[in-house]
Amino acid sequence: MTTETIQPPRSAARARRGTNWEKWGWIYMRFSGVLLVVLIFGHLLVNLFLGQGVSAIDFAFVAGKLANPFWIVWDTLLLWLALIHGANGMRTLTNDYAHGKLRVVLLVLLAGATVVLLVLGTLVLTTFDPCIGEPTGALVEICK
Amino acid sequence: MSSQAARSGAVTAAKIRAPKRPAGTLYRGREGMWSWVLHRITGTAIFFFLLVHILDTSLIRLDPEAYNAVINTYKTPIMGLGELALVAAIGLHALNGLRIIAIDFTSWGVRHQRLMFWIAIGLWVVLMIGFAPRHLMHVFGGE
Repeated sequence: MTTETIQPPRSAARARRGTNWEKWGWIYMRFSGVLLVVLIFGHLLVNLFLGQGVSAIDFAFVAGKLANPFWIVWDTLLLWLALIHGANGMRTLTNDYAHGKLRVVLLVLLAGATVVLLVLGTLVLTTFDPCIGEPTGALVEICK
Repeated sequence: MSSQAARSGAVTAAKIRAPKRPAGTLYRGREGMWSWVLHRITGTAIFFFLLVHILDTSLIRLDPEAYNAVINTYKTPIMGLGELALVAAIGLHALNGLRIIAIDFTSWGVRHQRLMFWIAIGLWVVLMIGFAPRHLMHVFGGE
């Protein structure tokens, strides 16, 4: 007698409520993924392959790159796209493999680390100063 | 159920042999599953490297000598091999990621997902053959 209209759990009406964040996360992974293929392989090509590769990297090498706004934009895009892509991937793994309180703790740690590193990395890239410390090599001329 | 239907059912069932070993399915134990496993493992490894890499690069804003000291450890043999593994992981994740996008957005991709897995592996091998000798020379070749 009282068994009447109970809404099916996966009806369209239920799914349509609010923003579908899982859908946008799914879309983000694919679009950022394509961009990251270009950004990361460019990063690896310049830093690990061309010239003397890893053995040439030091403060002066990075200062030389960051003197060009092109690389500041490149690295900032890389920072945001890669870290959010990675954090969202780790969120998926956490939801799959952790349960109860552990899952909540891990998700909070993940979100905290992501926000801190996004702010830190962005500050480093936007306030970089090639003349801190004792200038060496080509920086001596620039920092006079 | 009539006895006749039950008997014909039994006859049909007898023709389907039980596999001797635990058999996979269309997905389990095949390219689809293993690409998923590789994607998760490489993704996790890359994520933890990224955390460390943002922190070590941030030293560039604080102290050139501290940055140089940390980045010099990246040029040691053990870290050099670690970088080779990192590039290998990134290469697999990137190529398989493009395969996933092709599967998700095209019907062609769904039909050829298995072929694309092996194409990704092939391109990855080519990538590593191109990168590994040069990188190992940078790490082990001295100045």
